[in-house]
Amino acid sequence: MKKLIFLVAMLLSFVTVNAQPGSDIQMADALRTSGMIYVVVITIVIIFTGLAIYLFSIDRRLKKIEKEN
Amino acid sequence: MKFIYQTWWKVLAVVLIFYTLTAGFLIGVPRLPILHETIRNTYFHVPMWIAMFTVFTISVIYSIKYLQSGKEEHDLIAVECVNTGLFFFALGLVTGMLWAKYAWGEYWSNDPKQNSAAIAFLLYCAYLVLRNSIDEEQKRGKISAIYNIFAFPIMVVLIMVLPRLTDSLHPGNGGNPAFGKLDMDNRMRIVLYPAFIAWALIAVWIATLRYRIRLIEFKKNTIN
Repeated sequence: MKKLIFLVAMLLSFVTVNAQPGSDIQMADALRTSGMIYVVVITIVIIFTGLAIYLFSIDRRLKKIEKEN
Repeated sequence: MKFIYQTWWKVLAVVLIFYTLTAGFLIGVPRLPILHETIRNTYFHVPMWIAMFTVFTISVIYSIKYLQSGKEEHDLIAVECVNTGLFFFALGLVTGMLWAKYAWGEYWSNDPKQNSAAIAFLLYCAYLVLRNSIDEEQKRGKISAIYNIFAFPIMVVLIMVLPRLTDSLHPGNGGNPAFGKLDMDNRMRIVLYPAFIAWALIAVWIATLRYRIRLIEFKKNTIN
């Protein structure tokens, strides 16, 4: 677990500096200010949560079968 | 090989993907004409190809190992890696087509990158057809291992080299740099690189699951 936390911490530790970009090109700013993009993010996260649980459950079932053999 | 039964790297993959799913949508991206918000596709389309390359590379390594050792397990790893790789290959092609519809105007514009990717896809389908057409186990293992070793560099040349020699709409081709200063910035890199690692790990995970199922089937068939 320590190894895992350390790895995640290493992967997610960074500092970035950016100049302000021009604002003449249309982006989904309105969506984000009204908070709607979060709905999409949550939907995708739910789908991936399902997939991850599914993969882990296959992994567990396989482990059981492997022990029996 | 013990690591395939461990959990920590699977948890790592899932955590990293959750990070890219949220950060990929919420962190800002460069404002570019034509692309607009579809530039976020980079976080999901490109990692499919990285995942594919990862499992195909593992497949070649185990094909070489199989030729050295003759161990049936190595052959099984090579096949299941190709099976998983083809799945991600298809995902990469389909997501690329969808993106192309909105960035280039057509799902399939006979772009060199698209065409050679399709040829490489058929190349790997031929691997599975060749494999399944041979009944005798050792012969099947040897022939398919040799085919795999030749198919891999051809696939790399088709996808990575040939499109760069001609004009292509795809970034990274025809003197058009991929991930260059023009279309990427550091805000994108902090999402993209973890996504590469995460999807590569997910592909390896699925391949190991398939391999473990194959191994049980194989053991059952040999003992009885």
